Amino acid sequence: MSGESTNKDKVISKRIDRFFTGLESAYLFVKRFFKEVWFPPYEFKEVIRQCYQIGYNSLPLISLTGFIVGVVFTNQSRPSLAEFGATSWLPALISIAVIRAMGPLVTALIAAGKVGSSIGAEIGSMKVTEQIDAMEVSATNPFKFLVVSRVLASTFMIPILVLYTDFVALLGAFVNVHANEMTSLSTFFVQVFDALSFLDITSSLVKSVVFGFTIGIVGCYKGYNSTKGTEGVGKAANSAVVMAMFLIFIEELLSLQVTNFFRQQ
Amino acid sequence: MIESVVQVRNLVKSFDDLHVLRGVDLDLFRGENLVVLGKSGSGKSVLIKIMVGLLTQDEGSVKVLGQEVKNLNSKELNELRLKIGFSFQASALYDSMTVRENLEFPLVRNVKGLSKQEKDKMVEEVLDSVGLLQTINQMPSQLSGGQRKRIGIARTLILQPEIMLYDEPTAGLDPITCMDINNLINQVNEKYKTTSIIITHDLTCAKETGDRVAVLLDGAFGASGKFEDVFENAEDYRIKSFYDYNFIKQ
Ligand SMILES: Nc1ncnc2c1ncn2[C@@H]1O[C@H](COP(=O)(O)OP(=O)(O)O)[C@@H](O)[C@H]1O
Ligand SMILES: [Mg+2]
Repeated sequence: MSGESTNKDKVISKRIDRFFTGLESAYLFVKRFFKEVWFPPYEFKEVIRQCYQIGYNSLPLISLTGFIVGVVFTNQSRPSLAEFGATSWLPALISIAVIRAMGPLVTALIAAGKVGSSIGAEIGSMKVTEQIDAMEVSATNPFKFLVVSRVLASTFMIPILVLYTDFVALLGAFVNVHANEMTSLSTFFVQVFDALSFLDITSSLVKSVVFGFTIGIVGCYKGYNSTKGTEGVGKAANSAVVMAMFLIFIEELLSLQVTNFFRQQ
Repeated sequence: MIESVVQVRNLVKSFDDLHVLRGVDLDLFRGENLVVLGKSGSGKSVLIKIMVGLLTQDEGSVKVLGQEVKNLNSKELNELRLKIGFSFQASALYDSMTVRENLEFPLVRNVKGLSKQEKDKMVEEVLDSVGLLQTINQMPSQLSGGQRKRIGIARTLILQPEIMLYDEPTAGLDPITCMDINNLINQVNEKYKTTSIIITHDLTCAKETGDRVAVLLDGAFGASGKFEDVFENAEDYRIKSFYDYNFIKQ
């Protein structure tokens, strides 16, 4: 009886142990990024190539999702506003919802799925097939070449993709509003921009930068630490997505607190 | 006295509870081909990875070209690495790059101020010396296992290393391709005047390529010398069974 319970204790303490070593290695990974990002050699070419990959990979899906979110959200919000005879507020409502929350969140979640998993799988397979070791012995710093370039690229590209999603979602909203309320394009966009404050736009951008960084670093971390075998690569890709999505939601909550704090000032 | 290019003394390396190397001593002399034999998991790859600083030993000394590897800073280590060619077991070609880009990779990163013509010429020359000029624009995924091995070797040759480390060059290849690779190793040794360590558990490869063989047994070298001397007069049952197994198999 008591033997069983100490056994269980051991399993639990081992798990806790593993959790903290995981946390430590993640911390060291992030720290290494901030240490290496400032110093040459700068892998500009690789950064540009990665930016292109990220944009190219996620554009179709983001376009579709953004547009549909715009249409659906507008359509679903209409009845509530109509009750107060306030359908003319639709553009302002949508503008705030899209810029403050939905644009960044939708983009980040899709990119976590597309970009995060592909970074995790790519670096993971390079790790298990010794390509990373091969880089190292040919006197190239693989952390810089692979990790720093990808993290920079996603930190830079996600905000751009967010702006694009915002635009596409608003376009979807416009199509719906135009069909129902006959609002013209110029009126629609005047109302959209009137509803936004400087804080809305900056906070949305800052948040997107954080999301982009998260997606890149989590994908790289999982790939870099993937275990031997093809199974390890699959796991790396999968856990990169799960971990990135989880962190994105946490960051979303935190950013809500921070912007609310500024809004009250 | 012939110069010793790699000198290993009392090398010890463990991973947690797994004692992989327990006091390895080794001398590699300039110009020779040394074959390191040992069964799977005996620590052969670990041994050569320590030589290029991919892993660090727990105890002991590893001197390559007179330098203690673990004491080098990253710049010195990189300079040393350029003099060592490492052919990986799984070839380790960069999947996302063509054969040409794979070969250019070490070149453009380490030799400054090359013109495009010079680069192309160097790439074509090493590719030709492994007999695969026609694959220059292909992706690694389009190549066979034997071709990948050759390209991997070509990629390490492009910087004209003094030392070549081959990690299981013939593993997973059919007998005829194995023979081609064995010949290639000998050609490389002649043409580029390299000193090599060839890691394998394939005795045919050992016999064809090695001037001298050393057998890794339970974390240290159990026997070393000319192939015939090591195997034909073997007393140790582990070495005997190694020999029997290899030749009964074929
Ligand atoms: N980086 C590592 N971390 C933990 N264990 C390792 C590592 N590298 C090798 N090992 C272990 O060391 C032992 C020897 O490995 P290796 O040198 O690759 O064998 P081989 O002689 O087949 O090349 C194996 O049991 C392997 O699991
Ligand atoms: Mg091995």
